[in-house]
Amino acid sequence: MFVLASIALIIAMILVLIRLFAGPSLYDRVLAVNGFGTLTVLFIAVLGFLNGRPDFLDIALLYALINFVGTIAVLKFFRYRAMGDSGRDVTEMDG
Amino acid sequence: METLIDILSWILIAAGSFFAVVGAAGILRFPDFWSRLHALSITDSGGVILLLLGMALQAGWGLVAVKLLIILAFLFITGPTSTHAVANAALVSGMKPKDSAGAPGDVTDPESPEPATDKAGAP
Repeated sequence: MFVLASIALIIAMILVLIRLFAGPSLYDRVLAVNGFGTLTVLFIAVLGFLNGRPDFLDIALLYALINFVGTIAVLKFFRYRAMGDSGRDVTEMDG
Repeated sequence: METLIDILSWILIAAGSFFAVVGAAGILRFPDFWSRLHALSITDSGGVILLLLGMALQAGWGLVAVKLLIILAFLFITGPTSTHAVANAALVSGMKPKDSAGAPGDVTDPESPEPATDKAGAP
């Protein structure tokens, strides 16, 4: 049954990848990356169960954390055209 | 009792993977950005919750189930948050849903290429 779930997840990943490349606007692509990340978390968890490796779940949890941070970082970058916008005064002081 | 739990976890896993595929198909096939947001949240909610609960049942009592529930709790919180962030960023950058009475300068999103960047001024 886990093999069936992993095949379904692979199909879902491929579909999301197609949207990633076809996505007309930037935010479609950010959406697809976010969806792909969530599917990767599930895929790592299912692989952990398939191979009998309980430590895969730590990797899946870490990937979920990083996926969320990555999505927010990309949005912040395209929103303010710069990552360090919050520290603007710092950068100006450095000249 | 044991087989009952197995059967229940298989059903949950099958339903979870079904929702994952349906959500991904929705992301691919929906006409514009805003409906794709809904499709993404199908995978984020249905796929994640059912699959992780099915695996937690399969693993039975123990550390593995606790880890799965931690992942579930985290995705439960960040899924909608990131979807909201993406939608907010798109709305702020001028992408309006098709039939909303946006400001005259806004670009609705009938598959128009890259409306976001020129609306935000900088290329």
